[in-house]
Amino acid sequence: MTSSPRTASLFVTCLLDTLFPAVAQAVVDVLEAQGVCVRVPAGQTCCGQPAFNAGYWDEARRIARHTLDVFGDGSEPLIVPSGSCGAMIRHGYMRLFEGDPEYGPRAQALAARAMEFTQYLVDYLGVADLGACYEAKAVYHPSCHLLRSLRIDRQPRLLLEHVRGLRLLSQEDPETCCGFGGLFAIRMEAISSTMLARRLDALQATGADLIVGCDISCLMHFEGGLRKRGSAMRTMHIAQLLAEGLRP
Amino acid sequence: MSLPLPHKPFEDRLAEALANPQRLAAIGRAAMRFYEGRVAAMDTLPDAEAIRDLARAIRAHTIAHLDEYLQRFEANVQAAGGHVHWAHDAVEACSIVLRIAQENAVRRVVKSKSMVSEEISLNAALEQAGLEVVETDLGEYIAQLGHDHPSHIVAPVLHLTRQEVGRIFSERLAVPYTDEIAALNAIARRALREKFLKADMGISGCNFAVAETGTVCIVTNEGNGRMVTTLPRVHVALMGMERIVPTLQDLAVMLQLLPRSATGQKLTAYTSLLTGPRRPDEPHGPQETHVVILDNGRSRALAGDLAEILYCIRCGACLNVCPVYRTIGGHAYGSVYSGPVGSVLSPILGGVAAFADLPQASTLCGACHDICPVRIDLPLLLLRLRREVAREGYTPRWLQVGIRGYTAVARRAGHFALAARLASWLTRLMGGGWFNGQLPGPLGAWTRSRAFPPFVRRTFQQRWKERHRG
Repeated sequence: MTSSPRTASLFVTCLLDTLFPAVAQAVVDVLEAQGVCVRVPAGQTCCGQPAFNAGYWDEARRIARHTLDVFGDGSEPLIVPSGSCGAMIRHGYMRLFEGDPEYGPRAQALAARAMEFTQYLVDYLGVADLGACYEAKAVYHPSCHLLRSLRIDRQPRLLLEHVRGLRLLSQEDPETCCGFGGLFAIRMEAISSTMLARRLDALQATGADLIVGCDISCLMHFEGGLRKRGSAMRTMHIAQLLAEGLRP
Repeated sequence: MSLPLPHKPFEDRLAEALANPQRLAAIGRAAMRFYEGRVAAMDTLPDAEAIRDLARAIRAHTIAHLDEYLQRFEANVQAAGGHVHWAHDAVEACSIVLRIAQENAVRRVVKSKSMVSEEISLNAALEQAGLEVVETDLGEYIAQLGHDHPSHIVAPVLHLTRQEVGRIFSERLAVPYTDEIAALNAIARRALREKFLKADMGISGCNFAVAETGTVCIVTNEGNGRMVTTLPRVHVALMGMERIVPTLQDLAVMLQLLPRSATGQKLTAYTSLLTGPRRPDEPHGPQETHVVILDNGRSRALAGDLAEILYCIRCGACLNVCPVYRTIGGHAYGSVYSGPVGSVLSPILGGVAAFADLPQASTLCGACHDICPVRIDLPLLLLRLRREVAREGYTPRWLQVGIRGYTAVARRAGHFALAARLASWLTRLMGGGWFNGQLPGPLGAWTRSRAFPPFVRRTFQQRWKERHRG
């Protein structure tokens, strides 16, 4: 391990904080195993994306300002274990604070520091093989904002390819949206449920035991659908798979 | 500003579409085939990304200087002997076409494919005045015979199977039933040939209008476009005012992208460049040509933050790649224009009130932005429209309340922690684990097909604080 610990701040994200704290812990475990000193600035809430996507930009701005205040003006990387929240901070905040003399530059500074979890590991730390072992047949789900907004695809695949015992299976139309879309899942329930059903059919047809991804929102959508179907297939955030694979 | 408005609320259109899973599966497959064709065709370009950049730059420049180029186009159409008409809205556009028809004693009209004519409901206007109007694009012809509407801007009857087409033909044209594609083609060709020869006026769309030459460019695959624009005495081309490209060289750039993006072809079977009427020494062509340039809400878009939608070249690639379009098909959109581009265009042209649901009918997955040949940021335009929808008060009441509550919770750490505790308490009331039953209210929409995850007793941040206190 490195002698001078690298420091990084973690944006827990509201879903990991309140629904899946074990995944947030897994993120910390994987980072600490790489010698990273993880900070979790207090008072974190949500990035504001639900309001932003619903067209309530004033409300989203209030929430985004809170997040900008929480993370302050540090210079260490900000690790975001979600492509969607990462895209919100990297791109959405730019839209919200366009021309704002105070928060505009701060949003820009935070966007420059923000890095998605796998991006931080592969591109910033330069590791691909964490030494993890995990026996499973898994299929990787490239979530939309991660793939298209942040252009991150190689990094999670590289990390997974290096996990011993993990068999990665391919699926049909792998880059098709799961149908979550935040409030879309509720407002457009009929469309969302049909999209989910089509995706789950394709995923279950692979014969995998696990769906792995970098966004808990899509995984929660899959997991909810699988449980409703009574399927034994499960979902796992990539951090969780890596953390469990690192356990002796 | 006007557009044919939907007859039913979005939920009803959606329910109708979803009630026909066989049709939806066929739509999904057809869209997928177009998409795969597009991917393969783009691969044949030496540097597709550079051409897309160039095309986007041409569109951006043209739209930023649209008034200049439109004037240049008008002058050059006139110099070539054609006439130009400006239509502020759908009603004016229809009355211009009708006037041209009446001045030329027209009784029979043949049409090649034109989305603008759908936009202004031209057929109804002409038929009401006693004219015979026949669609000659095979898809449009089938739609017209079946009293149907196009469900896709490039492939109008993408939603029909050949068996359905066979039934429409046998009923409407009094021919024996067949679902063999070659036989169906032959039936249509025979029926339409007669119409072409008897028509007094041909109406076409316009894929691109070249400012420097006054040329109307039509991109088709069936040859009907050539018949419509050359056989009848009078030719009327309908165009949205944003169809302009400055030069023939710019047109060449666009023509590398349009067929590839639309149908996966390097070039369509027919690419026609029409400049003015027949010259004295020419044996073919119309004696009179007209171009009707339609605004219909476009200049409003030009002035606002949605102007980028005017870059669109109507290739339909965003429909084919869209997971929502693939799931619900075109008709559920309730508009002439469906898919991601339709969800942006329809509220602009037809008003936010009538189409408030369309900008919400997207997961913002970004596939449309990725595939658009001119890189229109459709998700951003949808977001801006959502802002307009919210501002104008078309958000359902429960969601307005929900957003207010969520904002109060998410802007203060104390409120957030309190809400998390309340949520975990509710989770425990519901049994603790993933909830597989049916929840009341808006959350019931989630639980219809998905179990609901449990909120934890102690959030990650609480655990972290406790652990790092000492």
